Amino acid sequence: MSTVSPAPSHTAIPPSPAGKILWAAIAIVGAWCLGVVALRRGEPINAIWLVAAAIAVFVIGYRFYGRFVERHVLRMDASRATPSVLRNDGLDYVPTDKWVVFGHHFAAIAGAGPLVGPVLAAQMGYLPGTLWILVGVVFAGAVQDFMILGLSLRRDGRSLGHMLREELGPTAGVVAMFGVLVLMMIVLAVLALVVVKALTHSPWGTFTVACTIPIALLMGVYLRIIRPGKILEVSIIGLVLLLASIWAGAHVAASPAWAAAFDFDASALAWLLIAYGFCASVLPVWLLLAPRDYLSTFLKIGTIALLALAIFLAAPTLQMPALTKFIDGTGPVFQGNLFPFLFITIACGAVSGWHSIIASGTTPKLLSSEGEARMVGYGGMLMEAFVAIMALVAASSLHPGVYFSMNSPAALIGTTAQSAAAAISQWGFVVTPDELLDTARNIGEGSILSRAGGAPTLAVGMAQLLHGIIPGEGMMAFWYHYAILFEALFILTTVDAGTRVGRFMIQEIAGLAYPPLKKTESWTGNLVATVVCVGLWGYFLYQGAVDPLGGINTLWPLFGIANQMLAAIALMLATVVTVKLKRERYVWVPGIPAIWLVTCTLTAGFYKLVGPISFTAAAQKYAQAMQDGKLLAPAKSAAEMQRIVTNNYVDAALTAVFMLLVVTMAAFALRAIARAWRVNHPTAHEEPYVALGSVPTTGH
Amino acid sequence: MTTLQTLRDFRKWAVQTARLCCGVPDYDVYVKHLREHHPERPVPSYAEFFRERQVARYKGTGGRCC
Repeated sequence: MSTVSPAPSHTAIPPSPAGKILWAAIAIVGAWCLGVVALRRGEPINAIWLVAAAIAVFVIGYRFYGRFVERHVLRMDASRATPSVLRNDGLDYVPTDKWVVFGHHFAAIAGAGPLVGPVLAAQMGYLPGTLWILVGVVFAGAVQDFMILGLSLRRDGRSLGHMLREELGPTAGVVAMFGVLVLMMIVLAVLALVVVKALTHSPWGTFTVACTIPIALLMGVYLRIIRPGKILEVSIIGLVLLLASIWAGAHVAASPAWAAAFDFDASALAWLLIAYGFCASVLPVWLLLAPRDYLSTFLKIGTIALLALAIFLAAPTLQMPALTKFIDGTGPVFQGNLFPFLFITIACGAVSGWHSIIASGTTPKLLSSEGEARMVGYGGMLMEAFVAIMALVAASSLHPGVYFSMNSPAALIGTTAQSAAAAISQWGFVVTPDELLDTARNIGEGSILSRAGGAPTLAVGMAQLLHGIIPGEGMMAFWYHYAILFEALFILTTVDAGTRVGRFMIQEIAGLAYPPLKKTESWTGNLVATVVCVGLWGYFLYQGAVDPLGGINTLWPLFGIANQMLAAIALMLATVVTVKLKRERYVWVPGIPAIWLVTCTLTAGFYKLVGPISFTAAAQKYAQAMQDGKLLAPAKSAAEMQRIVTNNYVDAALTAVFMLLVVTMAAFALRAIARAWRVNHPTAHEEPYVALGSVPTTGH
Repeated sequence: MTTLQTLRDFRKWAVQTARLCCGVPDYDVYVKHLREHHPERPVPSYAEFFRERQVARYKGTGGRCC
């Protein structure tokens, strides 16, 4: 063991007696709240218990475990110059105030993921999801974000792919980048599917979301020509127009002629989104993508704050039981046992692999001191976990009957309020058809049945919370469509930007085979790569839209497996570097979460490959029916049957690819660990130490 | 006086954060950097600076999360 380097001065202050008492008090309050959440049975509890327990866990995790990682594993040193100081160029590398960096980092990591996963996981009750989010974020998610940020800070702000190539070898880097591309296609497909599920046969929702396109174009022109660069001004104009479009949407839905023009089924919406994604990513960014991005960023932060306020003010009772019988794997929302499927379903919010790309992207180029990395990296992820907890609260405060009617596929509950109420009451969640119809009427929709995907459930939860605080005739419908619009807006931004990024990645890969395709300015290369990119995610989106089990049921596990695969890769990198720095004592800090994620992804992948809930079984079921000359719903022809068989085999193959990727990367990591363990000097590729005080202010 | 100053500081912080969330770094910092280190280069107007940054934001990888 090497000697412990001197700890940064700002973390070395011993706690005062008053400080000790404060932390003891937080620990006792937190333990009490957690005890209520976990142990009280038979009577419903208030959501405030759960929120308070979460806050106490986050604060303690941040103060103690976060600091432990900072001081002993990463050995962050406030006296060391960061990339922003060393390479200050006023644009990409700029030493920036830590709160500004925190805001930027949080806006970049928070997306739809933490709002969807916990809602789906609520089918097992609120307790399993809560515990996984709390334990997962403290020991895995926040550790991953913080460690990748710390490693990138010591490496000139390099990207995850670059660090993997350096520390695990060039082949490992290529394998991981391929994994990132496939993950991105699945992310785009599953998020677009969330929008499709929310807008199917909803003229009000479809109209308001469609309105965001002309609004964004208007904003783009305003920002480019009329008042260049006035982001705040144009965002306020955009917000007013959005609220007006929600109001107008109510009238569209009420008029039979207009409603018919905005009433689409799932496959039509999928095609519209595919066409939209193509246009948005080849148009100049200032016209559509950038203005929509600004609007969705501000709306996202504002709505998250609104949700927090609503939960604190309304203090709802959790109507979902702590545990439901569906922990045995027979749930209607997603199939599979608590282990491993809970840990796959809630990815973002507990641990999200995608963050490792952000934490090694712009954020390390902005931090002015290593001493601030814990707040941004570890703290930022705790904030995201808090968003996930709020989503779980919103879903669990709904009537369980309403929750299950919204999230179960038509194959299980039928297509009428009567059949749904009968099926769900049979599961033990007593609900009447009138309650389901009332809920639909209150939110201004024709039906709430089988709207899986998290967004509509969260929107109903939010609408009920906000309606409880600000009552008013018809306001619940307004809030519902506001929440749908907010989620659709930032999902579509992700789809636009993701298609663009995917296009650049595809052009880079294609450029290896045929160099002219690499030119991002060339229209041929641009169009070909965009078509390929849209085709890839569009295929999975369309397959989800026509899926017999509703799509989310099929695609969300694939997304979860892929996202956790990336998290496992990021944590493997952190483990390898810890050993290479000869800090083997602390190898368990990134090592145990890495092993856990590898176990979860491989087990979930295995269940999706063989056995009763696998893609293979679904394919065989339809193939067998075809041989017997029968048609299985929802297929209406032999061709559709054949398509379902093919889709399931594609999903099975993809699952196998993900498993192979995880195993390959684990082998590379183990090889690097074994080599580093044998030598008795550090072998990590860190940039040399430069003291902060020695950097001249007149850089380069 | 001090309250006013605090409010001004907060406004500056909020504007800087909001712009950075959209990928637009602080203009004043960039101008200061140019004047100090590259006095020979022309100083872009805010509109020019904004346009350059807007395009630069969507060129790279990553960017946002699910």
